Amino acid sequence: MLTLEKLQIVLDGFTLDADFQLEQGRNLALIGPSGAGKSTLLNVIAGFLPPASGRVLWRGEDITALAPGKRPISMLFQDNNLFPHLTVAQNIGLGIRPDLKLNAAEREALNDALTRVGLAGMAERKPGQLSGGQQSRVALARVLVQRKPLVLLDEPFSALGPALKHDMLRLVGDLMQEIGGTLIMVSHEPEDAQMIADVTSVVAQGTVTAPKPTAALFENPPRVLRDYLGS
Amino acid sequence: MIRGGPGYAAAAFVLLFIFGPLIVVFARAGGGTLPGPADWAAVRFSVTQATLSALFSVILAIPVSRALARRKFPGRNMLITLLGAPFILPVIVAVLGLLAVFGRSGILNSLLDWAGLPTVQIYGLHGVVLAHIFFNLPLATRIFLQAWQQIPAERFRLAASLNMSAGQVLRRLEIPMIRATAPGAFIVIFAICLSSFTVALTLGGGPRATTVELAIYQAFRFDFDLGRAAVLAVIQTVLAGIVALFALKYSRGEGFGAGLDRVVRRWDAQSAGLRITDAAVMILTALFLLLPLVLVVINGINGWAKMPDQVFTALWVSLVISLFSTALALVLALAIALAALHRGWVEVIGLLGIVSSPLVLGTGLFLIVHPYADPARLAFVVTGLVNALTALPFVLRVLIPSLRGSEKNFGRLADMLGLTGWARLRFLLLPRARRALGFSAGLAAAFSMGDLGVITLFADPGSATLPLQMYRLMGAFRMEAAAGAGLLLLVSSLGLFWIFDKMGRGDVDA
Repeated sequence: MLTLEKLQIVLDGFTLDADFQLEQGRNLALIGPSGAGKSTLLNVIAGFLPPASGRVLWRGEDITALAPGKRPISMLFQDNNLFPHLTVAQNIGLGIRPDLKLNAAEREALNDALTRVGLAGMAERKPGQLSGGQQSRVALARVLVQRKPLVLLDEPFSALGPALKHDMLRLVGDLMQEIGGTLIMVSHEPEDAQMIADVTSVVAQGTVTAPKPTAALFENPPRVLRDYLGS
Repeated sequence: MIRGGPGYAAAAFVLLFIFGPLIVVFARAGGGTLPGPADWAAVRFSVTQATLSALFSVILAIPVSRALARRKFPGRNMLITLLGAPFILPVIVAVLGLLAVFGRSGILNSLLDWAGLPTVQIYGLHGVVLAHIFFNLPLATRIFLQAWQQIPAERFRLAASLNMSAGQVLRRLEIPMIRATAPGAFIVIFAICLSSFTVALTLGGGPRATTVELAIYQAFRFDFDLGRAAVLAVIQTVLAGIVALFALKYSRGEGFGAGLDRVVRRWDAQSAGLRITDAAVMILTALFLLLPLVLVVINGINGWAKMPDQVFTALWVSLVISLFSTALALVLALAIALAALHRGWVEVIGLLGIVSSPLVLGTGLFLIVHPYADPARLAFVVTGLVNALTALPFVLRVLIPSLRGSEKNFGRLADMLGLTGWARLRFLLLPRARRALGFSAGLAAAFSMGDLGVITLFADPGSATLPLQMYRLMGAFRMEAAAGAGLLLLVSSLGLFWIFDKMGRGDVDA
């Protein structure tokens, strides 16, 4: 269970309030206009940005002051999700141990993850030798080996074409079920949210609404969502 | 995150070895005599020659950079590479080359003699200024070239669609840029020339052409008047400090940035007259820069067999000093740069090396060592140390932007993965800084290899670095042997730079 307790974020004179809980195993989509603060909220949850006030709790434990690497979180950013100077195997391996000293079992886990995302045999390539879709798969393989219970996606697939993006989201959905983890993803497109998110929050006008079942929300959108969707 | 501990230790080391000697110098100067007329003459000469050198370098750089900015021609990239060479060219080698062109029996005088005209002589103010232009015209050209390329190409397109003439483009687009750039270029070159030692030592001298740095050396070498050396060192520090403050305020970048290979299409400069002028400017510049170097190579080959054995001993000494000072500069720079990622002010400590001239540091270290040990025995260690401190600001200027770039692009990813300390250094910062490390190691190594500064204060007649050995051969008028040593020094300096820079480029798919 992730709890955002009276969280207030202040950035360059703009404020964003969030106060809700997200049950374990849920896939939450954050939807709203650009500049509304969706990425900023993820950065606060991940620990890259301190909130002005309020707390972030994971399973009742306060993690507001924890360093990003110490949180139970994997995050994929919009870009730069892989180190271009390291091989695929090294990039994934860093998710297992930051000093890359892997034992036999860990190396096997790495190879399993690579096979799972369909990149068997590419371990020694550098990211520059892979296509955009393959690079995304490497990043997802790392999420898989990290085994963190909370996964944050800050539109990591936005540079891919629509078909490839849907493939990736489907893969994310499958992986989340395997890990049994909780997902929060930023989205511009209602279809993305409807595809893998069972709950959705609207980020607009300085607040984040509490998660509502996605299907019901889009069937009967509240005012802020109607404004954004333009229907 | 990376802990700042080693960075603070490195910063403390730098502070100790810069301020320690300075404090000793100030203390000693307090007991010394007030500056006399000869000292004030040295101050006047330093300022005069630096003003003239900076003025001519900047003025001449304007047509050269303008031609480079608007013309595409075969050899353009080579010319731009050549403009970077003075960063790594030993000063004494360049002086030897200039002597071969402008010296008593140089090419110019042979031509004048043949034409029945009176010959010229290079020693004195004009020789010092000429050598400084040789070194700083390329620097000024690179600074202006960068500024020229910062004028958006769209402006020139707009000017063309408005049918503006070359003169109107000059007035509307180019002169405003020149006005904005020239003061910074002037002050940087002024600062460099103000602390000139090797050029003044070889082409100046005498009561009418002595810089403050050279006067320090003379107080040491000829009179062994440590009190007077200390007084001069204080003067030099104050002068350099004032100029450095101005330089920090007005200068932007040193002109070794990338992207100088771009040519902006210009519709206003297509007339035959302008093409011919530009071509002439570039041919003269290339000739001015290349001819001395070509002569160093030719004379060096001819004099190779005349070199005494001491030259080769000196070569090894110089190589060891160079590698030691490069390693020290890199370790200090890395520690300071890592600390500066989180505490910006640490960087400033590393830059102090600019203000404190090698001769001043040398004077202070001499005063510290002298009562306890024979300074000559520490000559090589002190030279390596001072060279490292002098190279440090340049290494930091290259290294810090690289580390900042890595943190900006990949810092969050590394944080999320819990990459801290050694793992962050090994898997993120060092691999991505590889090019910067290679390039700056090359700069530091070539600089130390070719440096003729503090060693002149410490060395006894039995020991020498390669530049000092070469200077001694020149002083003994063994010009052929000196030419051989000059070629050896040129090859080893450029070679060291090339090897280190190459090591940094090994893996290009990052």
